[in-house]
Amino acid sequence: MSPTSEISFTLNGVHRRATVGLEMSALQMLRDVIGLTGTKYGCGEGECGACTISVDGKPVNACLLFALDCDGRDITTVEGLAGDARAQALAKAFVDHGAVQCGFCTPGMMVQATHLLATTPHPDAAAAQRAIEGNLCRCTGYRKIVDAIVAAGETR
Amino acid sequence: MSDATTTRPAAEGSLIGQRITKLDAPEKASGRTRYIHDMQLPGQLHAAILRSARVHARIVRIDTAAARALPGVHAVITAADLPNQRPIGVAKDHLPLKGDRVRSLRDEIAAVAADSEAVALAALRLIKVEYEDLPVVADAEAAAAPGAPLVHPPIAGAAAGAPVALTGRADNIAMRFDYGHGDVAQGEAESDVVVEDTFELHYVTHCCMGVSGVIAEFDARGNLVLYSNTQVPFLHKREFAEVLGMDPGRIRIVQPPIGGGFGSKLDIYPFEVICVQLARVTGRPVRLMFSREEEFLASPTRQPVRLTLRSGCRRDGTLTFRSVHTLHDNGAYTSWGATTPFVMMQTFSSLYRVPHCDYHTVAVYTNNPYAGSFRGYGNLQATFAVEAHMDRMAEAVGMDALQFRLLNAQQAGEVTGQGMVFRSCGFAECLRTAAERSDFVRKRAQYAAERDQPGPIKRGIGIASMLHVGGGAKIYPSDGCGTILKLDDFGHVTLITGASEIGQGSETVLAQLVCEELGLPISAVSVVNNDTDITPWDVGVHASRTTFIAGNSAIGAARKARDKILAAAAAAHDCPAESLALRGGRIVRAESGEPLVDLARFLRGLHFNERAELVVTSFYYEPPSVHQDKGYKGDVSAAYAWAAQVVEVEVDTDTGVVRMVNVTAAHDVGRVLNRLGIEGQIEGGIVMGQGYALTENLVVEGGRIRNPNFRDYKLVTAPEIPAMDISFIESLDGEGPQGAKGVGEAPAICIAAATANAIQNATGKRITTLPFTPERVYRALHDALPAPRPTPRVPS
Repeated sequence: MSPTSEISFTLNGVHRRATVGLEMSALQMLRDVIGLTGTKYGCGEGECGACTISVDGKPVNACLLFALDCDGRDITTVEGLAGDARAQALAKAFVDHGAVQCGFCTPGMMVQATHLLATTPHPDAAAAQRAIEGNLCRCTGYRKIVDAIVAAGETR
Repeated sequence: MSDATTTRPAAEGSLIGQRITKLDAPEKASGRTRYIHDMQLPGQLHAAILRSARVHARIVRIDTAAARALPGVHAVITAADLPNQRPIGVAKDHLPLKGDRVRSLRDEIAAVAADSEAVALAALRLIKVEYEDLPVVADAEAAAAPGAPLVHPPIAGAAAGAPVALTGRADNIAMRFDYGHGDVAQGEAESDVVVEDTFELHYVTHCCMGVSGVIAEFDARGNLVLYSNTQVPFLHKREFAEVLGMDPGRIRIVQPPIGGGFGSKLDIYPFEVICVQLARVTGRPVRLMFSREEEFLASPTRQPVRLTLRSGCRRDGTLTFRSVHTLHDNGAYTSWGATTPFVMMQTFSSLYRVPHCDYHTVAVYTNNPYAGSFRGYGNLQATFAVEAHMDRMAEAVGMDALQFRLLNAQQAGEVTGQGMVFRSCGFAECLRTAAERSDFVRKRAQYAAERDQPGPIKRGIGIASMLHVGGGAKIYPSDGCGTILKLDDFGHVTLITGASEIGQGSETVLAQLVCEELGLPISAVSVVNNDTDITPWDVGVHASRTTFIAGNSAIGAARKARDKILAAAAAAHDCPAESLALRGGRIVRAESGEPLVDLARFLRGLHFNERAELVVTSFYYEPPSVHQDKGYKGDVSAAYAWAAQVVEVEVDTDTGVVRMVNVTAAHDVGRVLNRLGIEGQIEGGIVMGQGYALTENLVVEGGRIRNPNFRDYKLVTAPEIPAMDISFIESLDGEGPQGAKGVGEAPAICIAAATANAIQNATGKRITTLPFTPERVYRALHDALPAPRPTPRVPS
């Protein structure tokens, strides 16, 4: 039995505890321990952004963060964006602008872009492209994702 | 940024050509979609596969004792545990677990099912394999040479007529195609200009964002339920039945939402069979998911090709002949990659009018990764070569690149030397539109003139075209799709279709086609498309066929339903059915639009009527196309898609960095059905083509993949994409659903070719190998790029 540790943190606005393995990533904790599967495994080495979550307001690759290091943090996953009006406007823009195809990169894109809109409420296309440069998408060619982010900024 | 032109206004209230948002987009944007990676079955075990540590070796001994003894391990299987393994794949040359020999680094030797993934991986580390190295053949030319080490050597005592996996082969030839029409010698004699070049195309792979995975379970009745990301569920079911020795009626394939396909899931793979075997052995559901590294190492690739092309034309620019031979590195096993010449030869023979053409190709076994199908299916490679030659010949006869192509472009009504019939053909309009919207002719002359001016940044512009099947493809025995349509008391429609959704938006466009016929809003339809126990047969997602084939099938069912409803309404209202129509969720008088009754209300009434058959079935078997004859001739598709794409680049001659600035694309799509969806397909295809041209490279050295990760493989990222201007040419195909043709693969096909032509325009250098990395371009600028070796001819 590998050693475990109990941590407590805020997840999507709710304070909670979890028992995690010492070598476990935040991604494994979210998906396998807590059962929030919106955050995706794409590469496990911080290259694709499919597992982007927000940690204390900053976008982070959950695969590169030890679960233990979530202790005391404020974490938001794609599921936690449901209560965020700005993120909901963004989600609608993703739908309306055709930013979703297979959708596997979408949760990471949503978290990343929500962070952008929080810091840069009205990004232009270049700012949106820079913001998602660490998030890979194989289906859309990014154009419609960028359009959606810019449009979400314009509508607010 | 993508600006559609040449659109015809749709009829009032029509859904055709509208921007219909994807039905599954809201759930995906909220993270609620449950992909196969997100599924857990009660009592499931986790599987992992031990792959070869050697490129080519005899397996002397496999010791699994320690792995079997590890607590939490439920089963360890090797080939010895499955004495009657049946071969899989296109050439039946592949046994899922390898017992006596490994032929490539991805080869599966043993597999474990355990309580957790961690235990399964720990068990793999306890398996000891003793190898005896064999000579490695990592080069297709060497593999084709007489006396080369054999990848599948003959097996003594094998039954005659048994598949390659059980008999072996006396040489390394995996597949061979010889095609010809006309007389190339005569064509060459009539030529004023003849050019010949060799092109060398590299390995790339699909990089689906969701890694491969499968969950296998034998249910309480002993039936196999397979949760799979396959693109071909019905073919899969049939092949699984053969491989497992099961009645296909006892195999059910369920397709959870998929994290990208692009052709990668068109074949059956060892990991799927192995997972089923583990489920069989353990009696538990078994889940097997790749890591990203494993995805790079053990997925199929696009086929690497060496290609020598000889082409000619007259002084007036008329093409005279084309002669091609190619050598394909098949890898150690045969998947669909070996059959890409089917598609390549269409481009050689029929993209332009070529009176004389021959094509000879051989796919050769090596100890490299094996190639599968990948969006475009050989056409990227063929088009790269053909379009380089179109530019070279245009220059030789002093014509501009556009004019030269227009002169030789196919037109509607033509029957090609290969027997393809172009009933609808917007090729010339694609060429003109892409050229006009990009200011191609003026810029091309300007950039060439500016080439020698000071400053490191050179601009260039290039054009390339493509032809691809757009009305299904007669590859398999049948090319059909079935539909079941169910109407309920509330005017809600359930569309049950054989066509799989792999992210491309098929469920949305099929729903749209049904709603168009029934005068319903898109919200009135749900689509069921992911369970072989429920859905009617379909051949699968391949060959850009789904909108065309499944679309026609869905329209057929919707029209049947509409006719039934209107006949019943006509009887109730004592008027001819032809005078009625379905619009806006109502039954109306066709001419005046006067509403008679709400559809939902009327349907409720029909349920108490003995004529109420509100379940209709329909099918689209077969499209008007034929199988090729033995000489590969025949009209294999009911329609063909065309495109011209113009790429504008900036080349930094100090560094060799190529920046793709603009892409102007014009696609003959027959008709735009879902504008949002088709823009997404084309933009995504363009950027996939950009990756093939500029950044992506799966480095294979001595049979080893050197860069099995995103960092070193280099997909295109968001800041690198070009501005995209997309035009749709609506040729209104007579057989297409609402006039539409398939477009899934088309946009990725000619980007690399156009980029090569743009780099040539910018720098004067013709580069015949991919990708155009800074190093390769810099070397080319300094004439330090080795010329590709001419492709060897492999005698039969």
